[in-house]
Amino acid sequence: MTMKTMQTPSSFNLFSAKDGLVSDDTKAKSRNKRLVLGCGALVYELVELIKHNPVVDQAVDLHCLPAHLHNTPQLIGPEVDKFLSEHAHRYSEVLVAYGDCGSAGELDRVIAKYQASRLPGAHCYEFFSGADVFQSMMNEELGSFFLTDFLVSFFDRLVVQGLGLDRYPELKEVYFKHYKKLVYLAQKDDPELQTLASQHAAFLGLDYEYKFVGFDELKPVTFGLDSEHKLGSIEVQHVST
Amino acid sequence: MSDQEDDFELSDLDDKELVEQIQDDLYDGLNDEVFEGVEILLERKWDANDILGDALVGGMKIVGEDFRDGILFVPEVLKCAGAMKQGMGLLRPILANSAIDISLGKFVIGTVKGDIHDIGKNLVGMMLEGAGFEVIDLGINNPVENYLEAIDEHKPVVMGMSALLTTTMPYMGVVIEELDKRGMRNDFHVMVGGAPLNQEFADAIGADAYGRDAARSAEMASEHARSVQAS
Ligand code: B12
Repeated sequence: MTMKTMQTPSSFNLFSAKDGLVSDDTKAKSRNKRLVLGCGALVYELVELIKHNPVVDQAVDLHCLPAHLHNTPQLIGPEVDKFLSEHAHRYSEVLVAYGDCGSAGELDRVIAKYQASRLPGAHCYEFFSGADVFQSMMNEELGSFFLTDFLVSFFDRLVVQGLGLDRYPELKEVYFKHYKKLVYLAQKDDPELQTLASQHAAFLGLDYEYKFVGFDELKPVTFGLDSEHKLGSIEVQHVST
Repeated sequence: MSDQEDDFELSDLDDKELVEQIQDDLYDGLNDEVFEGVEILLERKWDANDILGDALVGGMKIVGEDFRDGILFVPEVLKCAGAMKQGMGLLRPILANSAIDISLGKFVIGTVKGDIHDIGKNLVGMMLEGAGFEVIDLGINNPVENYLEAIDEHKPVVMGMSALLTTTMPYMGVVIEELDKRGMRNDFHVMVGGAPLNQEFADAIGADAYGRDAARSAEMASEHARSVQAS
């Protein structure tokens, strides 16, 4: 998959035809499966963890919602709710691969409704780097703006167009006047993405810093499938009503 | 709002049409047109306060409603705010020299420690100014000491805190607790706001009011200031 040439994904349905959402036969089969409903911005890492591991793949169905919901977090809860209302009943467990993401507790209310779990933390920058590391980066320079592999790849669509900088370049100053550096929190060690990220930093007029963080923090989505653990015993956030 | 090619002079419009046109131009983020419209109303001897209230604040209210309803997005709102700033720039010196003091008092506002989001706070500040408050803007990343100093110096009627991150929201509670400890909690009203907040959270930390958007926040603050002035 070459990310750089792909269109920004809007909504991913990664159910293959045979384990899809349509046939009754499949519905019966999915009853013992886990549903992972993720943010589109995590799709590459989720695909790597789920689809590229045959053991996990046969036990998990993955669906991602559009990444641009990030800019309108009030819609995340309702969109997750809509999807789960149609599909959750067919699964033995549901993991929502989102942080709180500024949904103002709404996502947690929805998750509790379906007795699902979600990833720990406030947002993906925090859980990719780990809460302590993230906090120490913020303490060191509060004016840090973070990018992940996904955001580096789709910077034009999600940052430039998302913030309206294509239409109103003069807003760059309004958005970023308090920022000093762009920190690329890399999931993969990819020199091409690093070059792109440093160009994005230059575009925003920010210093550039590279930090490899990987995506171990997303591993909860596979827990219990290739080990003895059950989902409930690992470090995912369980929300009570 | 208006998408026809408009080929007319603002000065040809009557007052009512001109106010509506300024609101339209503000909605479209047209700085120069808003500036010119305000200039014309001033030439027509309109009171600066009425221009502010009817044309600018009136226009921003429509912007706020459409933002809330998902018709306008953050970039467009920023363009509108820029246009409003242009108009306010013209009115501010006149309002400051006005013989009649219509001030509702001082409003100290700032984004809390650890947070450097400031778009919403700035918008609220603008609407508060439009409503007649003297706004003391502490900027971003404010530890409790900054609020305390400003309160000491300015004796505000209302103090406002903004937070956009789930991780910085709780700091609002820390500030309120400190005010409590120092016996200052009831000296002024405390308002809080920011996208991830809600009334429940504001109640839990003991804030007096939660401002869901700029227009509503300005109304709530005005109501409070008037009730203080009346008592
Ligand atoms: C614009 C924006 C930015 C801009 C900020 C520019 C600036 N100068 O402020 C940029 C792009 C720089 C940015 C950076 C980051 N952001 Co940001 N950002 C947003 C976004 C898209 C919009 C916020 C906004 O300005 N809204 C417009 C204004 C008008 O609305 P508002 O702020 O809600 O304010 C209104 C009301 O709430 C109220 N109000 C606000 N304050 C007050 C105060 C008082 C007293 C009162 C009465 C009322 C009131 O009135 C206002 C006017 O109507 C939000 C998502 C969203 N839609 O909320 C994410 C969001 C807040 N950001 C988020 C994140 C994670 C970040 C970053 C960490 C991302 C990164 N890639 O690094 C960094 C922060 C890094 C750092 N060092 O702190 C997350 C927070 C998630 C969470 N769990 O907390 C959000 C929710 C996006 C998401 N879904 O993940 N961001």
